[in-house]
Amino acid sequence: MADSGIGSRTTRREDKRFLTGKGRYTDDINRHGQAYAYFLRAPVAHARVTGIDTSAAETAPGVVAVFTGKDMEADGVGSLPCGWVVTDKHGQPHKAPPHFPLVRDAVRYVGDHVAMVIAESAAEAKDAAELIQVDYEELPAVVDPMQARSSQQIHEAAPENLCYDWELGDKAAADAAFAKAAHVTKLDLINNRLVPNAMEPRAAIGEWDSGTDEYTIYSTSQNPHLLRLILCAFVLGLPESRVRVIAPDVGGGFGSKIFAYAEETACTWASKKIGGRPVKWTAERGEAFLSDCHGRDHVTHCELALDADGRFLGMKVDTTANMGAYLSSFATSVPSYLYATLLAGQYTTPVVYANVKAVFTNTAPVDAYRGAGRPEATYVVERLVEIAARETGRDPAELRRLNFIKPDQFPYQTPVALMYDIGDYEPSLDKALSMIDYKGFGARKAASEARGKLRGIGLSAYIEACGIAPSAVVGSLGAGVGLWESATVRFNATGTVAVMTGAHSHGQGHETTFAQLVSEKLGIPYENVEIVHGDTGRIPMGMGTYGSRSLAVGGSAIVKACDKIIAKGKKIAAHLMEASEGDVEFANGQFTVAGTDKSKAMAEIAFTAYVPHNYPEGVEPGLDETAFYDPLNFTYPSGVHIAEVEIDPDTGITTIADWVAVDDFGNVINPMIVEGQVHGGIAQGVGQALLEHTVYDRDSGQLLTGSYMDYAMPRADNFPTFRVETTTSACTHNPLGVKGCGEAGAIASPAALMNAITDALGVEIDMPATPEKVWRAAQAKLRVAAE
Amino acid sequence: MYDFTYHRPSSLEEAAKLLAGAEDGKILAGGHTLLPTLKQRLAQPSDLIDLSGIKELKGISEAGGAVVVGAMTPHGDVADSSVVKARIPALAHLASDIGDAQVRHRGTIGGSIANADPAADYPAAVVGLGATVKTNKREIAGGDFFKGLFETALDENELVVSVSFPVPEKAGYAKFANPASRYPIVGVMVAKTAGGVRVAVTGAGASAFRWTEAEQALSANWSADAIKNLTHGPDGLNSDIHASAEYRAHLIGVMARRALAAAG
Ligand SMILES: Cc1cc2nc3c(=O)[nH]c(=O)nc-3n(C[C@H](O)[C@H](O)[C@H](O)COP(=O)(O)OP(=O)(O)OC[C@H]3O[C@@H](n4cnc5c(N)ncnc54)[C@H](O)[C@@H]3O)c2cc1C
Repeated sequence: MADSGIGSRTTRREDKRFLTGKGRYTDDINRHGQAYAYFLRAPVAHARVTGIDTSAAETAPGVVAVFTGKDMEADGVGSLPCGWVVTDKHGQPHKAPPHFPLVRDAVRYVGDHVAMVIAESAAEAKDAAELIQVDYEELPAVVDPMQARSSQQIHEAAPENLCYDWELGDKAAADAAFAKAAHVTKLDLINNRLVPNAMEPRAAIGEWDSGTDEYTIYSTSQNPHLLRLILCAFVLGLPESRVRVIAPDVGGGFGSKIFAYAEETACTWASKKIGGRPVKWTAERGEAFLSDCHGRDHVTHCELALDADGRFLGMKVDTTANMGAYLSSFATSVPSYLYATLLAGQYTTPVVYANVKAVFTNTAPVDAYRGAGRPEATYVVERLVEIAARETGRDPAELRRLNFIKPDQFPYQTPVALMYDIGDYEPSLDKALSMIDYKGFGARKAASEARGKLRGIGLSAYIEACGIAPSAVVGSLGAGVGLWESATVRFNATGTVAVMTGAHSHGQGHETTFAQLVSEKLGIPYENVEIVHGDTGRIPMGMGTYGSRSLAVGGSAIVKACDKIIAKGKKIAAHLMEASEGDVEFANGQFTVAGTDKSKAMAEIAFTAYVPHNYPEGVEPGLDETAFYDPLNFTYPSGVHIAEVEIDPDTGITTIADWVAVDDFGNVINPMIVEGQVHGGIAQGVGQALLEHTVYDRDSGQLLTGSYMDYAMPRADNFPTFRVETTTSACTHNPLGVKGCGEAGAIASPAALMNAITDALGVEIDMPATPEKVWRAAQAKLRVAAE
Repeated sequence: MYDFTYHRPSSLEEAAKLLAGAEDGKILAGGHTLLPTLKQRLAQPSDLIDLSGIKELKGISEAGGAVVVGAMTPHGDVADSSVVKARIPALAHLASDIGDAQVRHRGTIGGSIANADPAADYPAAVVGLGATVKTNKREIAGGDFFKGLFETALDENELVVSVSFPVPEKAGYAKFANPASRYPIVGVMVAKTAGGVRVAVTGAGASAFRWTEAEQALSANWSADAIKNLTHGPDGLNSDIHASAEYRAHLIGVMARRALAAAG
């Protein structure tokens, strides 16, 4: 068991099916009699729809049905809700305009859903869609969040296209702190809009059974129960008990598959409309670019006040966040509670004030994307701190150290609502500095310069908050759901175990990590543990996977369920060994009686539970326990990433020369999986900082980066070999002492890379640091140097 | 994709006849440009005439001081060819850096030049090495082949049969790849040929063109110094979300110097 328990680098059991083409994704599933849906999408960014003529499409070859928003309206289909109500600074709820799965009166972004064609084949559905005549009365479109408030209104319910004007922190106290400052660093930042680009595009099959009046939805969802809840309670008005959502293998999500979208809603509704034939839809890559929820898209002005010794006195942040054309499922929480609450970073900054204006534009909806708010916060804090160090002539590492919250200050109440339970920041900093040979940077820079290259180094000391919790707190902040997790641990009579978890794996390796955990907890072979997830018909109600919550919250639920199994096992073991329950101990899979050599193996207890011939009185047969876990607090992973870059001033090409990451994720169950998560996160952060850019045409609102020809995804040759290490301060409030690692890389890395690039260039540029931008800055620097 | 009639002729004559007889026929080579266009419903040809059954169109040979590449030869074959590597290493290098392995196994030289994408690599070689394009009707000088954005000298029913590259004394190719597509934003071929020095630029304009100032400078003095301070102007160059005309103009100089260094 040593090679598969907690702490071992067990290879991922799910990889066998993934790497041999045996994964079973939604598009691999074909249902008897299935028809295919195609969505006619808005070709313009903003227009009144004055007429839709579907008659020619309806009689086209293979067409089963054509539906528009009017059909849904007649059927009482509701609006896709936003599940988090943010209260603005005047005490008013955010503006939540309707978001109908198929548009009713207007289209509001290129890709908006105009009509649905269902046909015998996807090709016929697409052919027929071309025959639909839509009358558009075009309206001016706005894509830039800074122009939103003075542009054509997009929703009746949202004057000035303002969703909310929200604040956190004490403005007067911040102003007072700034008045005392010896130095103020000011910065304007753009956090560029990203397209999530999961490898598997979204897909759905909606199926209504006319015999039982039950629905089955196959969907690429990160949280099948949440999808069921939203569709049943808000949009389609169905009883949850009649709806089963199956999210089979899912090929990446990064947040974009949390949300309830128009397409799965429409497929589910339409299946009944056409008499019960399953309706399948699979996004093309181009549709994914247009209609998956995007990430980030902030414009920020921020300021940091320092005293004469370099201590942070206060921070002020003013952000405009682009919500896109409609509010996606959790969009409003991202630039508010998942963002401004992280602005204290790892520092003792006593006062922070943030003002966030969320606005509507004629672009795809924006919602959580790997990190969701925390990358934006880290980018603000870590860019500000770095620039402050440069401006005041301090070593950036030492300025951070000076302002770190010290180990004896935990639990630490930040000025932006969060209470950090634990952290120890200097060991990560010291380890990272030593790994990258920080002292040797000057020599490396000189060597680069001798070759005509510019070299820069940049740090990012991030903090993040995972496992959004506890439910009561998030509820008080506007969340429409609870954020606990569930698990069932079910022994079979022969000693094997099925674990039903409410968390969902779409690349994270839960089938391995959770099995390692259960194997260790129950002292049974790793091979005997099977992890079941992603099917509301098989698992207890669960909240799914996002926000790096699966191990911290879902894993804790599993531990609780295991504890219940052990407690019950003790009763059975006590009976079998004729001992009192209080004397029975459990370790390494054996129940023993203190002070005797009596013992019973877990498997034997399980067998007895199901074949209870000799059984304690008053104890139920069976060994099958369910637990729900509601965390007491967020967890707070932290760490230090350092990037070193070399820039070719002739071309503007940035090469990442080295990257070190030292992360404190608390206890680690599978270091290999954790490193993989960090690698992937850094890759996405580097993508944001160096390559990825979502560009809408300012006049027409067309998406100009709608394919891989124009949207630059990072590739393996964009990276050095990452050097990844961990330090450990175990989380104090969950039973595993774990914190979460899924998003850290994407949270830490953009700031580290941009700090390195701007260190090399000596001037500020915004992300992504494209070759042309870098070249222009490098030329300016060389010109100045020559003068 | 709309419906079309598929043909797979086994001779050039048959292919030409099918093309002439079709209402709106299209040649299919590697399909790496044509098929995505069809999938996106941006074209609706009546017939597709697949050249993959015509053996004589595929392969590389050496004849009369030139390397001859058949129209249906995929980029990967050019990159790996011992003849090309020995005689025109710059051409092998150019081919080895087109797209990715999958693209190099399917995409063909005939398809690439017939398509005349302003951002394709091969046009730099066709123009820069002074190649001759052989069609089923005639021979076209490389410098006359590209006529503008996605436009060539090919007549309606004319097929590329092969491209003949005279072996240069020296040649080098340098490419600045678009970070997204990895097509060239600017690619420059610099060659010292029997017919003189040629410097051809792809990616920067509507189609590949020669940089005559650089050719003159290098004719006078084949050395890095000759073009050290030479700059190309931005007028008429492409400008898009990836690179402004000014940046492309600058890159022409940088890539020319790198190509020269590679040529030796
Ligand atoms: C992901 C990707 C990356 C790429 N990267 C690069 C790159 O970095 N650099 C680069 O230069 N290219 C690149 N390409 C283009 C690719 O290398 C091919 O050159 C290109 O797709 C055309 O060749 P093909 O054989 O696929 O032609 P097809 O797609 O089959 O045909 C293209 C056009 O040429 C016509 N045609 C084909 N053969 C002939 C012929 N013999 N005579 C007359 N007309 C003909 C067809 O009718 C069609 O109009 C890339 C392509 C992809 C998909």
